[in-house]
Amino acid sequence: MAPDLTEIWVYLAREPLSALTMTLLAWLAALRLQRLCRRHALANPVLLAVAILAIGLLVTGVDYRSYFQGAQFVHFLLGPATVALAVPLHRQWSTMRAAMLPAAVAILLGGIFAAAMGVGFALLLGAPADVTASLAPRSVTTPVAMGIAERLGGLPSLTAVVVLCSGVVGAAVGPLVLNWARVTDWRARGLAMGTAAHGIGTARALSVNMTAGVFSGLAMGLNAVATALWLPVLWRLFQ
Amino acid sequence: MTGAITTLLVCQLAGELLARALHLPVPGPVIGMVLLFVLLLIRHGEGEEPPAALTQVADTLLAHLGLLFVPAGVGVVVLLHTLAANWLPLALAVGGGTLLGIAFTGRLAQALLRRLG
Repeated sequence: MAPDLTEIWVYLAREPLSALTMTLLAWLAALRLQRLCRRHALANPVLLAVAILAIGLLVTGVDYRSYFQGAQFVHFLLGPATVALAVPLHRQWSTMRAAMLPAAVAILLGGIFAAAMGVGFALLLGAPADVTASLAPRSVTTPVAMGIAERLGGLPSLTAVVVLCSGVVGAAVGPLVLNWARVTDWRARGLAMGTAAHGIGTARALSVNMTAGVFSGLAMGLNAVATALWLPVLWRLFQ
Repeated sequence: MTGAITTLLVCQLAGELLARALHLPVPGPVIGMVLLFVLLLIRHGEGEEPPAALTQVADTLLAHLGLLFVPAGVGVVVLLHTLAANWLPLALAVGGGTLLGIAFTGRLAQALLRRLG
Protein backbone atom coordinates (compact mmCIF):
# COMPACT_ATOMS: atom_id res chain seq x y z
CA MET A 1 0.00 0.00 0.00
CA ALA A 2 2.66 2.52 1.05
CA PRO A 3 4.84 2.28 -2.09
CA ASP A 4 1.77 2.79 -4.29
CA LEU A 5 0.90 6.00 -2.48
CA THR A 6 4.45 7.28 -2.96
CA GLU A 7 4.25 6.48 -6.65
CA ILE A 8 0.93 8.31 -6.96
CA TRP A 9 2.35 11.30 -5.06
CA VAL A 10 5.40 11.45 -7.34
CA TYR A 11 3.09 11.42 -10.35
CA LEU A 12 0.85 14.15 -8.94
CA ALA A 13 3.74 16.40 -7.94
CA ARG A 14 5.40 16.09 -11.34
CA GLU A 15 2.56 16.33 -13.84
CA PRO A 16 1.11 19.72 -14.87
CA LEU A 17 -2.41 18.25 -14.66
CA SER A 18 -2.63 18.40 -10.87
CA ALA A 19 -1.31 21.97 -10.55
CA LEU A 20 -3.77 23.17 -13.20
CA THR A 21 -6.67 21.34 -11.55
CA MET A 22 -5.75 22.67 -8.10
CA THR A 23 -5.62 26.24 -9.47
CA LEU A 24 -9.14 25.95 -10.89
CA LEU A 25 -10.48 24.23 -7.76
CA ALA A 26 -8.95 26.93 -5.54
CA TRP A 27 -10.54 29.60 -7.74
CA LEU A 28 -13.99 27.97 -7.48
CA ALA A 29 -13.57 27.65 -3.71
CA ALA A 30 -12.55 31.33 -3.52
CA LEU A 31 -15.66 32.37 -5.47
CA ARG A 32 -17.83 30.34 -3.08
CA LEU A 33 -16.10 31.94 -0.06
CA GLN A 34 -16.70 35.38 -1.56
CA ARG A 35 -20.42 34.59 -1.85
CA LEU A 36 -20.44 33.35 1.75
CA CYS A 37 -18.95 36.71 2.84
CA ARG A 38 -21.80 38.45 0.92
CA ARG A 39 -19.33 39.84 -1.65
CA HIS A 40 -17.55 41.98 0.96
CA ALA A 41 -14.82 44.05 -0.71
CA LEU A 42 -12.12 42.48 1.48
CA ALA A 43 -13.17 38.93 0.49
CA ASN A 44 -11.42 39.26 -2.86
CA PRO A 45 -11.44 35.95 -4.78
CA VAL A 46 -7.91 36.44 -6.20
CA LEU A 47 -6.51 37.03 -2.73
CA LEU A 48 -8.42 34.04 -1.33
CA ALA A 49 -7.33 31.68 -4.15
CA VAL A 50 -3.70 32.77 -3.82
CA ALA A 51 -3.86 32.18 -0.06
CA ILE A 52 -5.39 28.71 -0.48
CA LEU A 53 -2.77 27.63 -3.03
CA ALA A 54 0.18 29.22 -1.20
CA ILE A 55 -0.77 27.45 2.03
CA GLY A 56 -1.22 24.23 0.04
CA LEU A 57 2.28 24.51 -1.44
CA LEU A 58 3.86 25.32 1.93
CA VAL A 59 2.08 22.41 3.67
CA THR A 60 2.85 19.79 0.98
CA GLY A 61 6.38 21.09 0.31
CA VAL A 62 5.82 21.20 -3.47
CA ASP A 63 8.06 23.93 -4.85
CA TYR A 64 6.69 26.88 -6.81
CA ARG A 65 8.51 26.02 -10.01
CA SER A 66 6.88 22.61 -10.35
CA TYR A 67 3.50 24.15 -9.47
CA PHE A 68 4.00 26.76 -12.20
CA GLN A 69 4.67 23.99 -14.76
CA GLY A 70 0.93 23.35 -14.67
CA ALA A 71 -0.36 26.80 -13.72
CA GLN A 72 1.46 28.44 -16.65
CA PHE A 73 -1.43 27.41 -18.94
CA VAL A 74 -3.66 29.80 -16.98
CA HIS A 75 -0.89 32.42 -16.68
CA PHE A 76 -0.40 32.43 -20.46
CA LEU A 77 -3.92 33.79 -20.98
CA LEU A 78 -2.96 37.09 -19.30
CA GLY A 79 -1.40 38.27 -22.59
CA PRO A 80 -4.48 37.72 -24.78
CA ALA A 81 -6.67 39.11 -21.93
CA THR A 82 -4.63 42.34 -21.93
CA VAL A 83 -5.14 42.63 -25.70
CA ALA A 84 -8.86 41.96 -25.15
CA LEU A 85 -9.12 45.13 -22.99
CA ALA A 86 -9.27 46.96 -26.34
CA VAL A 87 -12.85 45.71 -26.82
CA PRO A 88 -14.49 47.43 -23.78
CA LEU A 89 -12.30 50.48 -24.43
CA HIS A 90 -13.68 50.66 -27.99
CA ARG A 91 -17.22 50.07 -26.71
CA GLN A 92 -17.01 53.01 -24.28
CA TRP A 93 -15.15 55.30 -26.63
CA SER A 94 -18.12 57.35 -27.88
CA THR A 95 -19.51 57.81 -24.33
CA MET A 96 -16.21 59.10 -23.05
CA ARG A 97 -15.03 61.26 -25.90
CA ALA A 98 -16.74 64.40 -24.59
CA ALA A 99 -14.92 64.25 -21.25
CA MET A 100 -11.74 62.93 -22.81
CA LEU A 101 -9.33 65.82 -22.24
CA PRO A 102 -10.00 66.45 -18.52
CA ALA A 103 -10.22 62.69 -17.93
CA ALA A 104 -6.88 62.01 -19.66
CA VAL A 105 -5.12 64.79 -17.73
CA ALA A 106 -6.53 63.55 -14.40
CA ILE A 107 -5.57 59.93 -15.19
CA LEU A 108 -2.03 60.87 -16.24
CA LEU A 109 -1.30 63.12 -13.24
CA GLY A 110 -3.16 60.81 -10.85
CA GLY A 111 -1.18 57.82 -12.11
CA ILE A 112 2.13 59.65 -11.69
CA PHE A 113 1.08 60.80 -8.19
CA ALA A 114 0.04 57.28 -7.10
CA ALA A 115 3.30 55.76 -8.38
CA ALA A 116 5.41 58.52 -6.80
CA MET A 117 3.67 58.02 -3.41
CA GLY A 118 4.45 54.29 -3.46
CA VAL A 119 8.07 54.75 -4.51
CA GLY A 120 8.42 57.66 -2.03
CA PHE A 121 7.26 55.56 0.95
CA ALA A 122 9.60 52.72 -0.12
CA LEU A 123 12.64 55.01 -0.49
CA LEU A 124 11.88 56.83 2.75
CA LEU A 125 11.82 53.55 4.67
CA GLY A 126 14.95 52.22 2.98
CA ALA A 127 13.45 49.34 0.97
CA PRO A 128 15.93 47.56 -1.38
CA ALA A 129 16.01 48.55 -5.07
CA ASP A 130 14.18 45.47 -6.38
CA VAL A 131 11.34 45.96 -3.86
CA THR A 132 11.03 49.65 -4.82
CA ALA A 133 10.97 48.74 -8.52
CA SER A 134 8.25 46.16 -7.83
CA LEU A 135 6.17 48.86 -6.07
CA ALA A 136 6.42 51.49 -8.83
CA PRO A 137 3.77 50.03 -11.21
CA ARG A 138 1.48 49.26 -8.22
CA SER A 139 -1.68 50.98 -9.44
CA VAL A 140 -1.65 49.43 -12.94
CA THR A 141 -3.64 46.32 -13.88
CA THR A 142 -1.63 43.17 -13.08
CA PRO A 143 -0.52 41.85 -16.52
CA VAL A 144 0.82 45.28 -17.49
CA ALA A 145 2.30 45.95 -14.04
CA MET A 146 4.23 42.66 -14.13
CA GLY A 147 5.64 43.50 -17.56
CA ILE A 148 6.73 46.96 -16.37
CA ALA A 149 8.27 45.60 -13.14
CA GLU A 150 10.33 43.15 -15.16
CA ARG A 151 11.70 46.02 -17.24
CA LEU A 152 12.56 48.07 -14.14
CA GLY A 153 14.44 45.22 -12.49
CA GLY A 154 11.69 44.40 -9.99
CA LEU A 155 10.22 41.06 -8.98
CA PRO A 156 7.12 40.35 -11.13
CA SER A 157 5.53 38.02 -8.56
CA LEU A 158 5.99 40.61 -5.77
CA THR A 159 4.37 43.15 -8.12
CA ALA A 160 1.44 40.77 -8.67
CA VAL A 161 0.82 40.56 -4.92
CA VAL A 162 1.32 44.30 -4.34
CA VAL A 163 -1.03 45.19 -7.22
CA LEU A 164 -3.67 42.84 -5.85
CA CYS A 165 -3.44 44.30 -2.36
CA SER A 166 -3.59 47.87 -3.72
CA GLY A 167 -6.74 46.96 -5.65
CA VAL A 168 -8.39 45.38 -2.61
CA VAL A 169 -7.51 48.35 -0.34
CA GLY A 170 -8.69 50.83 -2.98
CA ALA A 171 -11.97 48.99 -3.59
CA ALA A 172 -12.70 48.58 0.12
CA VAL A 173 -11.68 52.00 1.51
CA GLY A 174 -11.56 54.15 -1.67
CA PRO A 175 -15.25 55.17 -1.64
CA LEU A 176 -14.91 56.36 1.99
CA VAL A 177 -11.83 58.42 1.07
CA LEU A 178 -13.75 59.96 -1.84
CA ASN A 179 -16.64 60.88 0.49
CA TRP A 180 -14.19 62.43 2.91
CA ALA A 181 -12.49 64.39 0.07
CA ARG A 182 -16.03 65.51 -0.99
CA VAL A 183 -15.74 64.14 -4.53
CA THR A 184 -19.38 63.91 -5.59
CA ASP A 185 -19.10 63.76 -9.40
CA TRP A 186 -19.62 60.07 -10.37
CA ARG A 187 -17.27 60.49 -13.34
CA ALA A 188 -14.49 61.80 -11.06
CA ARG A 189 -15.13 59.02 -8.51
CA GLY A 190 -14.83 56.42 -11.27
CA LEU A 191 -11.65 57.97 -12.66
CA ALA A 192 -10.06 57.93 -9.18
CA MET A 193 -10.95 54.28 -8.55
CA GLY A 194 -9.73 53.07 -11.95
CA THR A 195 -6.48 55.05 -11.81
CA ALA A 196 -5.42 53.94 -8.32
CA ALA A 197 -7.15 50.55 -7.96
CA HIS A 198 -7.33 49.21 -11.59
CA GLY A 199 -9.72 46.29 -12.27
CA ILE A 200 -10.63 45.52 -8.68
CA GLY A 201 -11.59 49.17 -8.13
CA THR A 202 -13.47 49.13 -11.44
CA ALA A 203 -15.47 46.08 -10.38
CA ARG A 204 -16.46 47.94 -7.20
CA ALA A 205 -17.29 51.16 -9.08
CA LEU A 206 -19.47 49.21 -11.55
CA SER A 207 -21.47 47.69 -8.70
CA VAL A 208 -22.23 51.15 -7.23
CA ASN A 209 -22.90 53.37 -10.27
CA MET A 210 -22.82 52.73 -14.04
CA THR A 211 -21.24 56.11 -14.92
CA ALA A 212 -18.54 55.60 -12.29
CA GLY A 213 -17.92 52.08 -13.64
CA VAL A 214 -17.50 53.19 -17.25
CA PHE A 215 -15.09 55.98 -16.28
CA SER A 216 -13.21 53.63 -13.97
CA GLY A 217 -12.75 51.18 -16.84
CA LEU A 218 -11.45 53.99 -19.04
CA ALA A 219 -9.05 55.09 -16.29
CA MET A 220 -7.77 51.54 -15.84
CA GLY A 221 -7.06 51.14 -19.57
CA LEU A 222 -5.54 54.58 -20.13
CA ASN A 223 -3.46 54.43 -16.96
CA ALA A 224 -2.07 51.04 -18.02
CA VAL A 225 -0.98 52.37 -21.42
CA ALA A 226 0.27 55.71 -20.08
CA THR A 227 2.23 54.19 -17.17
CA ALA A 228 3.80 51.58 -19.46
CA LEU A 229 5.03 54.52 -21.55
CA TRP A 230 6.24 57.06 -18.96
CA LEU A 231 7.35 54.91 -16.03
CA PRO A 232 10.33 53.12 -17.69
CA VAL A 233 11.49 56.44 -19.17
CA LEU A 234 11.24 58.39 -15.87
CA TRP A 235 12.80 55.45 -14.02
CA ARG A 236 15.87 55.52 -16.24
CA LEU A 237 16.14 59.31 -15.82
CA PHE A 238 16.11 59.15 -12.02
CA GLN A 239 18.70 56.39 -11.71
CA MET B 1 -14.48 31.92 -32.22
CA THR B 2 -11.22 30.55 -33.57
CA GLY B 3 -10.94 33.71 -35.66
CA ALA B 4 -11.44 35.91 -32.61
CA ILE B 5 -8.81 34.04 -30.56
CA THR B 6 -6.43 34.26 -33.52
CA THR B 7 -7.05 38.03 -33.75
CA LEU B 8 -6.05 38.44 -30.09
CA LEU B 9 -2.94 36.28 -30.49
CA VAL B 10 -1.87 37.99 -33.74
CA CYS B 11 -2.18 41.42 -32.05
CA GLN B 12 -0.19 40.17 -29.06
CA LEU B 13 2.50 38.65 -31.28
CA ALA B 14 2.74 41.84 -33.35
CA GLY B 15 3.02 43.80 -30.09
CA GLU B 16 5.80 41.55 -28.79
CA LEU B 17 7.69 41.82 -32.10
CA LEU B 18 7.31 45.62 -32.22
CA ALA B 19 8.46 45.97 -28.60
CA ARG B 20 11.60 43.94 -29.33
CA ALA B 21 12.38 45.35 -32.78
CA LEU B 22 12.01 48.98 -31.68
CA HIS B 23 13.33 48.45 -28.12
CA LEU B 24 10.11 49.91 -26.71
CA PRO B 25 9.81 50.01 -22.92
CA VAL B 26 6.12 48.99 -23.14
CA PRO B 27 5.09 45.34 -22.58
CA GLY B 28 4.13 43.54 -25.82
CA PRO B 29 0.51 42.79 -24.86
CA VAL B 30 -0.10 46.53 -24.16
CA ILE B 31 1.06 47.38 -27.68
CA GLY B 32 -1.18 44.55 -28.87
CA MET B 33 -4.10 46.19 -27.04
CA VAL B 34 -3.41 49.56 -28.69
CA LEU B 35 -3.12 47.83 -32.11
CA LEU B 36 -6.46 46.08 -31.65
CA PHE B 37 -8.11 49.30 -30.42
CA VAL B 38 -6.90 51.25 -33.47
CA LEU B 39 -7.95 48.36 -35.74
CA LEU B 40 -11.45 48.37 -34.21
CA LEU B 41 -11.77 52.17 -34.58
CA ILE B 42 -10.73 51.98 -38.25
CA ARG B 43 -12.90 49.00 -39.19
CA HIS B 44 -15.94 49.50 -36.99
CA GLY B 45 -15.98 53.21 -36.24
CA GLU B 46 -17.54 54.87 -33.22
CA GLY B 47 -20.59 53.36 -31.57
CA GLU B 48 -20.52 50.37 -33.94
CA GLU B 49 -20.20 46.90 -32.42
CA PRO B 50 -17.13 44.82 -33.34
CA PRO B 51 -17.79 41.24 -34.60
CA ALA B 52 -19.93 39.31 -32.09
CA ALA B 53 -17.36 36.51 -31.79
CA LEU B 54 -14.58 38.92 -30.78
CA THR B 55 -16.82 40.65 -28.23
CA GLN B 56 -17.80 37.26 -26.83
CA VAL B 57 -14.23 35.97 -26.50
CA ALA B 58 -13.02 39.27 -25.01
CA ASP B 59 -15.87 39.44 -22.51
CA THR B 60 -15.34 35.79 -21.49
CA LEU B 61 -11.60 36.33 -20.95
CA LEU B 62 -12.19 39.56 -19.01
CA ALA B 63 -14.97 38.01 -16.90
CA HIS B 64 -12.41 35.50 -15.59
CA LEU B 65 -9.58 38.03 -15.37
CA GLY B 66 -9.13 37.38 -11.66
CA LEU B 67 -8.32 33.70 -12.18
CA LEU B 68 -5.49 34.59 -14.58
CA PHE B 69 -3.61 36.48 -11.82
CA VAL B 70 -3.62 33.52 -9.44
CA PRO B 71 -0.54 31.56 -10.70
CA ALA B 72 1.67 34.67 -10.52
CA GLY B 73 0.23 35.62 -7.15
CA VAL B 74 1.08 32.20 -5.70
CA GLY B 75 4.71 33.17 -6.43
CA VAL B 76 4.44 34.95 -3.07
CA VAL B 77 5.60 31.64 -1.48
CA VAL B 78 9.15 32.23 -2.73
CA LEU B 79 9.00 35.84 -1.49
CA LEU B 80 7.97 35.26 2.12
CA HIS B 81 11.39 36.43 3.34
CA THR B 82 11.27 39.58 1.19
CA LEU B 83 7.76 40.30 2.47
CA ALA B 84 8.73 39.79 6.10
CA ALA B 85 11.86 41.94 5.76
CA ASN B 86 10.04 44.83 4.01
CA TRP B 87 6.54 44.68 5.50
CA LEU B 88 6.47 48.33 6.62
CA PRO B 89 7.40 50.04 3.30
CA LEU B 90 5.18 47.57 1.44
CA ALA B 91 2.18 48.17 3.72
CA LEU B 92 2.60 51.97 3.64
CA ALA B 93 3.12 52.09 -0.14
CA VAL B 94 0.10 49.86 -0.76
CA GLY B 95 -2.24 51.38 1.84
CA GLY B 96 -1.12 55.02 1.97
CA GLY B 97 -0.09 55.30 -1.67
CA THR B 98 -3.36 53.88 -2.97
CA LEU B 99 -5.66 55.95 -0.75
CA LEU B 100 -3.72 59.21 -1.30
CA GLY B 101 -3.75 58.41 -5.03
CA ILE B 102 -7.54 57.98 -4.97
CA ALA B 103 -8.10 61.24 -3.05
CA PHE B 104 -5.73 63.20 -5.33
CA THR B 105 -7.10 61.81 -8.61
CA GLY B 106 -10.71 62.28 -7.46
CA ARG B 107 -10.24 65.95 -6.45
CA LEU B 108 -8.23 66.74 -9.59
CA ALA B 109 -10.71 65.00 -11.92
CA GLN B 110 -13.67 66.81 -10.31
CA ALA B 111 -11.99 70.21 -10.66
CA LEU B 112 -10.98 69.54 -14.28
CA LEU B 113 -14.40 68.18 -15.30
CA ARG B 114 -16.09 71.24 -13.80
CA ARG B 115 -13.85 73.59 -15.77
CA LEU B 116 -13.42 71.73 -19.09
CA GLY B 117 -16.08 68.99 -19.19
